[in-house]
This record gives sequence, structure tokens and C-alpha cells, in this order.
Amino acid sequence: MTLNAVIAAGQGNPLLWILAIPLAAAGFLAVLPSWRLASWLNIAVSGATFVTSLSLFVHRPPDSRLLFIDDFNIYLVALTTFVGFTTAIFSAGYISRESASARLSDLHLRFYHSMYQAFLFTMLLALTANNTGVMWVAVEAATLTTVLMVSLYRTREAIEAAWKYFILCSVGIGLALFGTTLVYLAAQPVMGDGADAMAWTLLITRAAEFHPDLLNLAFVFLLVGYGTKVGLAPLHAWLPDAHAEGPTPISAVLSGLLLNVALYALLRFKMLIAANPETLAPGPLMIMMGLSSLFLSGFMLYRRGDIKRLFAYSSIEHMGLITFAFGMGGPLANFAGLLHMTMHSLTKSGIFFAVGAITQNAGTKRLADIRGLTVSHPILGWGFAIAVLAIAGLPPMGVFMSEFLVVSSTFARQPLLAIPLILALLVAFAALITRLQAMLFGAPPPSPRQAHGNVTALGTVLAYGPLWLHVILVVIAGLWLPEPLVRWFETVAKLLG
Amino acid sequence: MSQQFNYDIAHLIGATVLMAGFGLLYQRRVFAVLNTFAFQALALAAAAAWQAHIQDAPHLYFTAAIALLFKALAVPFALHWLVERLGIHRTVETALSIGWTMIVGVALVALSIMLVLPVTAAASALTRESLALAMSVVLLGMLMMITRRNAVTQVVGFMALENGLILAAVSAKGMPLVVEISIAFSVLVAMTLFGIFFFRIRERFDSLDVAYLESYRGDRS
Repeated sequence: MTLNAVIAAGQGNPLLWILAIPLAAAGFLAVLPSWRLASWLNIAVSGATFVTSLSLFVHRPPDSRLLFIDDFNIYLVALTTFVGFTTAIFSAGYISRESASARLSDLHLRFYHSMYQAFLFTMLLALTANNTGVMWVAVEAATLTTVLMVSLYRTREAIEAAWKYFILCSVGIGLALFGTTLVYLAAQPVMGDGADAMAWTLLITRAAEFHPDLLNLAFVFLLVGYGTKVGLAPLHAWLPDAHAEGPTPISAVLSGLLLNVALYALLRFKMLIAANPETLAPGPLMIMMGLSSLFLSGFMLYRRGDIKRLFAYSSIEHMGLITFAFGMGGPLANFAGLLHMTMHSLTKSGIFFAVGAITQNAGTKRLADIRGLTVSHPILGWGFAIAVLAIAGLPPMGVFMSEFLVVSSTFARQPLLAIPLILALLVAFAALITRLQAMLFGAPPPSPRQAHGNVTALGTVLAYGPLWLHVILVVIAGLWLPEPLVRWFETVAKLLG
Repeated sequence: MSQQFNYDIAHLIGATVLMAGFGLLYQRRVFAVLNTFAFQALALAAAAAWQAHIQDAPHLYFTAAIALLFKALAVPFALHWLVERLGIHRTVETALSIGWTMIVGVALVALSIMLVLPVTAAASALTRESLALAMSVVLLGMLMMITRRNAVTQVVGFMALENGLILAAVSAKGMPLVVEISIAFSVLVAMTLFGIFFFRIRERFDSLDVAYLESYRGDRS
């Protein structure tokens, strides 16, 4: 009877389906013995979740006590399911090549697919939860699933990376919980006991009456806590290791999605702070953390010897830039921050798709051994080139547009801050271009290892389709943005203060 | 019973949790650390049960039960077994001497009292002081994680931090989801223990000393 009731409720509410599909798939994939079937099913399920999330644009379900959709999370849900879908496609090709080299056992692969769906579920729950506590539990569960996937290869490095990730992020989310409790305490005298004082939709309406000092204290804990998961310097130590040692599809979703989800959590709380006129401005704190991330990663990009680590540092750089933009605040900078979140997510996961293929072809992650990509693998090499040029911030790609908006709004409001910002961006730009040139041109290494003998047409589509799809989207976004997207961004930018 | 009496008992138990937090800082043997932690978890269970009683919130009894069964019994036993099974060093390796750790700990408690009390002037006395105690426990847990090298003691530090978080959550009147949150944390801790055992961190790194992780910064160019 209860099952029927749930189904009846679900028919009217696509949000429940978006959560139910990956959750059910996680359970089913855990018991499915064939990994080939599992990787296809993984694509199908992620695709179904993506299509369901598109229905939110047509009909927006009413808010409930548990879940809600507004202008802010609707596009993040769509982005998450989309990148989840394209990564699943990439992952199918990646896994079949990986299992050919016998690095992973069947049991590991079963576990991998199940965890992949569980991870998508936790991220979608964190994005749609209408309760600060549920959101926290979802972010915690997302940490847990990714720790398990980072350690998948069971090498010494992978376990070390997973352990470091686990310890640092556990402390981070612990502090975030303390901040969440403090926000509840600030809200409780106004909203009364119970779940009302944790519901986003209700909190935001009365945030002006909350105790400002408690909110200030809470925000410090939340910034440090969720900031650890965003990978802001000086709390970033886990990020390069976790990205470098896990399977490449996981690096793609970590960079492209998980960092965004953690930032989303932080921004939700920033909205509360912004709605209360008596709180301290959170801007300077965020600007400082953003700038330090930008500088640190900009210089760190030069001395990387490992291709995945290189792009992990680039993620820290972009997360720093986004945090900087939201710290500046104001409609224009917030708009730029939201746009940059989207563009970075698409571009960086695309780059990791390319990096996955490159490392498998070359049989190494060492930058020094990767040369002449445009000669040996033209489809891959040029797609990779466009994606890296995009992430470096060259026009006409979308990343350039958002970076340009951040810089120009900074010039308009705080010209002095624009100087270090531009300096850091140039440092990172030069590093990436130097690296890219070495990888693309020159003679390819004497004997490119053929890990997978016969390359079928389907295999090529699986391997390079997602990369090119992301590249094309980023280029289009640089030239033209859809009208509804611009309107949502503008609404949210106002709410963010 | 008067309200004042209820508050006094709550503070007494909260202060016991904090004292156990200090106790964790000066132990020199791993088994003593585990016993002290079990005591802290026991005090936390008492705190949760007392809050369940005075707030008339029966779901907090679940939190108390989780603290008692999982943290005060299962986890210390499991860690005890792990230390013996994996032959981990029985002495605590410190990064900062015990004397200094205690001084920093006292400073942290002073900091949290000075920070929390003025901020929560509007809240009830119960919430104010419990929050100050809870924040002190959280900071002491962090201090322990920073100043102790051995992975087992770091995990204990993390759980002590978590005890502080649960103490804050049970003291916040009418806060929902406390049970779910304590379950989520228990899963996290169980995974850690699982990880230590199944990844045989000792075998792979030769020692659970986290300083060995530092040698790996990943640039093997």
C-alpha cells in the first residue's frame, strides 16, 4: 500500500524520479554480475535521469518539506545529470579498455558502477534537499562514495590519496555540521522547534529576523567546512591526490560536479547571510580564499609532472575564481560566478575525458612522455586542444566570457583587487599554454602502445563523443546563451546579494 | 524537578565530555586513549539521554543508544582488536609535546567560551553553555588530530570531534534529524575502521604513522 502511495506521488513529481532512478540503479548494479551489461545499463540509467531532469523545465513541481526546485538548483540539477550521463558514456569505453589491461577485477567493476550511481544520487539529493540537515547528510554520503572510488585501484598511491581525502573532508564536513547546527539555533527562536527551522524555502523568507552574530559564527564554520570540499586553498591538500589516483571518469565527476555541489551548499547559506542586513559581509573572507587559491594553483601548475594532477590544480584555480566572484557580490559578479560554475564543469569534465584516453593510449600519466597528440591521435588531440584553450580562458569559448565578466566587474567596483586577479589568471594561462604546446606538437613517442587492438566505430564514439559534445557546448555558450538560462542566472544573482 | 536542576545536570554531563576530551590529549599509550574515548562516548550517551528526558524528545534516546552501543563499546573494541592484530605501535607518537598540547587546549576552550557566550546572549542558558562546551570538544578533537601522528589516534581524534558535534546537536532544542546525523557519522567511522583493516594500511605503509603519507606528494616527474 505504501509503495503504491509512493508511486502515485512520484507520478506527479519528477523530482522523486530523479532521485529514485539512480538509487534503485545503485542497488541493482551492485548485484549484476556482468560488467559489460553494467556499463551499458549505467549509460541507460544516467540517460533516463537526465531526460527526467529535463522535464523539470517544462513543469516545475511544487516545493515539499523534503525537496524543492528553484531558479538556482534547477540548472545545477540539469548540469549534474547531463555530465553524469556523458561521463557514463565515457566510462563505458574507459572501463572496457581498463579491464583489457586487467587492472580491475570483475568485483571491483561491479562495485564501481554501483558506487557511480550512488554518487549521482547523493549529489542530486544534496542539490534538491529542502532541509539543511538532509543536504549535509547527502554531502557526507557523497564524500563516502567518492572515497571508495578513489581507492579503486588499491595501489599504495590510491590508498594514500583516499585516506588523505577521507580524513581532510571528514573534518571539513564535521565543521560544516557545526555551522548547520548554529544556523538552526539562529533560526529556532523565530521559526520555532523542528523541521521548519531547517527548510530553505522557509528560512529565506525570515532570515532578516535571525540573530546576526550567530549567523556570522555559523558562516565561518560553513566556509571552512564546505570550503574544504570545494578545494579552496589552504584546505585543498586532498584534491590533487584524489583526482590523480582515482579512475579518470571519477576525476571528471569530482571536478565537474562534486566541487560545484559543495559550493552550492555554501552559496545557499550565503543567501541567508545576505538576506539579513545586520550580518558581517561574507565577501572579504571569500575573496581572500579565492585569491589565495588562484595564486597557489597558478604557480603550482608549472611544476606538475603528472597530467591528471595538472588539471586538478587547474580545478582549484577555477574554484578559487568562482569563489572570488561570489565574494565580490553584486548582480554582475554573481552572474559571472554562476556562468563560470557551469562552464568550468562542462570544460573540465571534457578535459578529463580526453586525459583518460590520452593516459590509456600512452600508458602513462607523466607529462614528459605525452607528445605529438595531434599527429598520433588527431580527433582526440584537437578536441583536447580546444578544451584546454577554453579552460585557459581564450575567446570565443564560454570560460572566456565568464572570466571576462568577473574581471570587468572587479574593475568597476574594486580596481585594486583586479590587479592580483589578472596577474594570477595570466600566470595560470601561461602555464597551461606551455604544457599544451608540449603535449600537442613534436614527434609522438617512438612506439605508442596499442592497448586495445582493433578500434571499432562504436569504440571511437564512446571514447571521443562525450569530449566533443562538451567542447561544442562550451563554444556555443561562448557565442550565445539561451534566454531562460540568462533569466535564471539574473534572478539567482540578485538573491545571492 | 526545577528547571535549574535540569540545566545543572546537563552542564555537569557536558563538562564531563569536555574533561574526557582533555583526558585524550595527555595519554601516552594507545590503549589508554581508547579507554578514555570509550569514557567520553559514555558521557555523551548520558548527555543525549538527559536531553531526551528534559526536552521530552524520545528520538534522542536513539542517539544515546547509538553513542552507547556503537561508540562506547563497538568502536573501542574494534580498534583494540585492530591495534593487536596489525601490531601497531602501542605508544602515542606526538607532533607537539603533551605539555604544549594541554596549554593550547586550554586556550581553545577559552576561545570558544569567549566566542560563543556573547554571540548567544539571546538564546536560553541551556543552549548557550552547552554550545560553548560542544565547541570546545570539537576544537580539542581537531587539536588531537593535528598533534598526534598515529592513524589510530587520528581516527580517535576525529570521533572526539564528532562527539562534540553530536553534543551540540542534542543540546539544540528540537533540532530534527539528530538521529539520522548520528547514524551518518557512525557509517563514516565504520568505513574508516573497515578501511584500516581491509586496505591493511600498516602492511602497505609499514606504519600507520601518517607522516609517511607526507612522503607522497605525487610529483614523480
